[in-house]
Amino acid sequence: MNAVVQRRQLANVFARILIVAATLLVLAFLVWICAVLLYQGFSAFKPTLFTEMTPPPGESGGLANAIAGSFLLVAVAMLFATPVGLLAGTYLNEYGKGTWLASTVRFVNDVLLAKPSILAGLFIYEILVVPMGGFSGWAGSAALALIAIPVVVRTTEDMLNLVPNSMREAAYALGASRSKVIITVSYRAARVGMTTGILLSVARIAGETAPLLFTSLNNQFWSTDMSSSMANLPVMIFQFAMNPYPDWQALAWAGALLITLTILILSIISRVVLRSANAQH
Amino acid sequence: MTKPNMTLVENINAKAHEEAAGSFQRSPRFMNGEGFNSTFKWLSICSAMFILVILGGFFVSLTIGAWPAISKFGLSFIWTSTWNPVTEQFGALPAIAGTLITSAIAIVLAVPLAFAIAIYITQLAPRWLRHPLGIAIELLAAIPSIIYGMWGLFFFAPFFAEYIQTPIIDAFENVPFLSTVFAGPAIGIGMATAGIVLAIMILPFIASVMRDVIDTVPKRLKESGYAIGATEWEVTRAIIIPHCKTAMAGAVFLGLGRALGETMAVTFIIGNANRITGAIFAPGNTIASTIANEFQEAYTEIHSSALIALGLLLFIITFIVLAIARMMLNRISS
Repeated sequence: MNAVVQRRQLANVFARILIVAATLLVLAFLVWICAVLLYQGFSAFKPTLFTEMTPPPGESGGLANAIAGSFLLVAVAMLFATPVGLLAGTYLNEYGKGTWLASTVRFVNDVLLAKPSILAGLFIYEILVVPMGGFSGWAGSAALALIAIPVVVRTTEDMLNLVPNSMREAAYALGASRSKVIITVSYRAARVGMTTGILLSVARIAGETAPLLFTSLNNQFWSTDMSSSMANLPVMIFQFAMNPYPDWQALAWAGALLITLTILILSIISRVVLRSANAQH
Repeated sequence: MTKPNMTLVENINAKAHEEAAGSFQRSPRFMNGEGFNSTFKWLSICSAMFILVILGGFFVSLTIGAWPAISKFGLSFIWTSTWNPVTEQFGALPAIAGTLITSAIAIVLAVPLAFAIAIYITQLAPRWLRHPLGIAIELLAAIPSIIYGMWGLFFFAPFFAEYIQTPIIDAFENVPFLSTVFAGPAIGIGMATAGIVLAIMILPFIASVMRDVIDTVPKRLKESGYAIGATEWEVTRAIIIPHCKTAMAGAVFLGLGRALGETMAVTFIIGNANRITGAIFAPGNTIASTIANEFQEAYTEIHSSALIALGLLLFIITFIVLAIARMMLNRISS
């Protein structure tokens, strides 16, 4: 073996070692973060988390109001984001394909997908919190909806794009109107993928903290009144984690674990649903 | 209608067509009207326009909110380094500097790691490992920002202070220039820590785009490389990298866009100090962390307006960065 070949193979081995080491390093961080989260979260885990309210400093309590508040905020956000996102995605793939408007919307949507979420909070603060004269659950939901919409738009468009055109043409040939083709043929063929997109966007907004800081704020008490400030898990975690009281910090970890598990379960469900739908065919 | 001699694709199509025909016949009568048809179309167009309205709304409302600060401080807001709510003097320079420094650290660390992972998953890893590895990287992206913040503050920062900061500060104590760069109290929180945690957070986004991009390299290009005896690294360097240069740069810009605006994790670990020092271990602030920290406590109009002006700056910077990223990525897909 001559020297050149040897040098090239040495370089190859060297690069390979570096690449594997880099991958292992990143995995080590993932394991470290997950281990911390699981350990801290489960040591603070107790059934009263779901029944008691968030406590004042120095006392023990649960997360019931924060869990309920988060659930309500996300649900209302999705009630708004789902139809808008589905329809906008429909426009991009079914009506607007190739038009100037569609490519602009697609571009803007892609930018919005990665936009800092804190800006959604500032935006909603300006247009809802200031005019309404105070923090509110509605404002929190609106900020979350702004973050969820681009996710729904993107997946809807991608999934509709997978529906074979021959199916649409078959329906047109029977004399169906465009909207009827979209609803009864395209939506039906893509419904699993579109549902996945909605689940993923719930996962995306469930842990968002920054947009809620200036919109829904937080609330120490049980509240289902969307027009005043509302308790929610992410802001509660932020406030409790930054404080020195051990009880509060424990609750913050328990909340962090709850949120991460929720997100994980949502992603797993969407993955399984998508896979079983693919296997079915 | 499914026949045994059909190919898989035909089979899928046949089943789907059957299903579609079924739902087509069962559809409610109101869908047949011309009114419904045009209403549905207009609803779709309005929803699509709404996406544009969101972006425009961001810009307009932030500009209006920032107006008191803009008219008081003018453009010098950007390069003034005092940020003092008591004397109502506001300049964005410390926050801008902190944002750029932390993002730069994050990019420098995340890009090589993300590239390595993308190459490992697409080229080197055994086939059975590729899928689980991809899921692991996705998991990293799914963890909420606030959890990175808590982990960073309570676990990473103490580790970093003891095993990395202290040795580095000691090592460069007597070296000119480097002793200023690596100065600062070894308390674990500061701009370097924020940059490292940001790197871990943006890495999965960069890696997954790079992975998709690398998958677009035509197989025959790689195979001709191997056929003339190139090693894996040579194929990577001479075929894969040149083929996806632009899109990979797009991936990097996408990561940069995320790093610039990341809020909660940074707020936990950057130390929140509104001053500029040349030291990367010193506490600092970013645009997003300043807003997150001070907005609720901003009682004067000019203070909250200055914070919204910071938000406007962040909006403009990230818009430019993300637009560049999109243009670079779109070039490969079209």
